[in-house]
Amino acid sequence: MSTASNTKSHLVEQLKEGLDAPICLTWELTYACNLECVHCLSSSGRRDPRELTTDEAKAVLDELHDLQVFYINIGGGEPMIRRDFFELLEYSIDRGIGVKFSTNGAFIDAAKAERLAAMNYLDIQISLDGTDAVTNDAVRGEGSYDTAIQAMNHLRDAGFGEFKISVVVTRHNVDQLDEFKALADSFGAQLRITRLRPSGRGAESWHELHPTQAQQRQIYDWLVAHGDNVLTGDSFFHLNALGEEPLPGLNMCGAGRVVCLIDPIGDVYACPFVIHDEFKAGSVRDEGGFAHVWKHSELFAELREPQSAGACASCGSYDACQGGCMAAKFFVGIPLDGPDPECVGGYGEAAMLEASADTTPRPMMDHSKPVRVAKPERVPVTIGRR
Amino acid sequence: MRRLLTSDHQRTVLDSRLVLDPQVALRPEPFGALAYHYGNRKLIFLKHPDVVRVVQHLDGAHTLAETLTACDVDETRWPSFERALTALTESEMLHEHRIEHQVTPG
Repeated sequence: MSTASNTKSHLVEQLKEGLDAPICLTWELTYACNLECVHCLSSSGRRDPRELTTDEAKAVLDELHDLQVFYINIGGGEPMIRRDFFELLEYSIDRGIGVKFSTNGAFIDAAKAERLAAMNYLDIQISLDGTDAVTNDAVRGEGSYDTAIQAMNHLRDAGFGEFKISVVVTRHNVDQLDEFKALADSFGAQLRITRLRPSGRGAESWHELHPTQAQQRQIYDWLVAHGDNVLTGDSFFHLNALGEEPLPGLNMCGAGRVVCLIDPIGDVYACPFVIHDEFKAGSVRDEGGFAHVWKHSELFAELREPQSAGACASCGSYDACQGGCMAAKFFVGIPLDGPDPECVGGYGEAAMLEASADTTPRPMMDHSKPVRVAKPERVPVTIGRR
Repeated sequence: MRRLLTSDHQRTVLDSRLVLDPQVALRPEPFGALAYHYGNRKLIFLKHPDVVRVVQHLDGAHTLAETLTACDVDETRWPSFERALTALTESEMLHEHRIEHQVTPG
C-alpha cells in the first residue's frame, strides 16, 4: 500500500497526472511596474487596459475558494500598484485562501507595513538580486536596492515576522549566496533563491546573466549544504544530475499539472515562465471560468500525459533531471523533448547551437515601457560676457 | 507481537489520542488528499484514501490503535499508518488531544 511515507518518486508519478486543482497558483495582478528589471518574466512595465476588474478578480477568488486552493502567489508587475490591492488581499484571506505576494518593496512604507503585519495567512517576498546596490541595481534598476532594504526595515519595525527575500540567481550574484543568507538571517527573514529563465525580457538578458557551468555546480553544492533552510520553488531540479543526493523538493516540472499562472488580463498559462500563446490554456473570462480551464484545457491534458524523454532518452541522468525546464528550452529554441539549455551534462550548449532563428520564439505580451530615445546631448554653453 | 517490537516512539503514536489541528484543511485528490496547515504553511500528501479515512476519524477520545480498528484497517498494515501519522504529527498537522483537568483552588 501507499501512504505518506512512501517514496517520493511514486508521488511524483501521480502528480504528473495532475491534481483536481493546482497546489501552486501564481497570479500576476498587473503588468504595471515602477521598475524595469532586465530579466522580468512577464516583460512588465505598462498596465494593460484589459486588466481584470476588482469584481472579476473577486469572482476568480470565489472560484479558487470552491476549488479549495489553499494559497496563491501574487505577483506582477508590481502588485501593490493596483488601487484595490489591499481589498483583494483581504478578500482572498477572508475566503480562506492564504496569500504570498512578491514585491519590489517600493510601496511598503511604515503605515502599509503595519497594515500587512496585522494580517494572518500572509507571506511577503521582497525581490533582491544582489547584496550590494551595484550588483542588484544592474539588474533591477537604479535605487532598487535601497528601496528593497527600506521595505525590509519597515516590515521588521512593524513586527511582520518572517518575510522572505527572493533572489534570482545570476552569474553576478552567485558568489553572494552566503551573504544573502546572512542578510536574511539579520532580518529574521527566510531566503528564497530561484532559477533565472530566458522568459519575458529574460530572453534578451539570459545569455549574459545565466550561471556558467562551473557556477551550476556551485549552486548545487550550496543547496545540498543549505537547502533545508532555503526555499527554491523547486526550480533547480535540472541540477540533480550533478550528484547522488537529490535536492529538497518535488523535482519535477509542475506546469499544468500542479502549477499554473493567471495573468493580469485573466489568461491562464501552464506556468509563470511561459507567457506565450503556445502555453495558453484559456482564460478565466471564458465560460466555465478558471475551473473549466484547469480541468478541460487541451494543453493541460497534453502536459499531464507521459512526456517523451526524446533526445535525453539515452542519457543516464534523465531520471534525476527530468530533462529540465520546459520554459527554458522553449525560449532558446530547443525542442521540448531536448535537453535543458543549462544541462549539466553539457548537452544544452550543442542543442542551442542547433536551434535556428526560426525555432526561437518571439516574445509575446510585451508590456515593457517604450524605449526612450535619448536626445543628442547638448554641449553646455556658458553664457556670459567675454 | 508486532507492537512489542516497535520502538517507544511508534508505540506512543499508536497509543496517542490524536486530533487534526483546526488550522489544517484536507482537499480530496485522486490519490488520497492534500493536507495544508494554514499556520506553518506545510503541505503534506496523504497518499492513500484509507489514510484520509483514518485521519478523518480521529476524535481525540480514542487512541490511534482504536481508530485503526474502528476503521477496519488490517493490523499487518499498521506500521505504514504509524509512519504516515508520525509524519503528520511531526509537521504539527495532528497533535495529541490533552484533557484539561480543572483544578478548583481550595
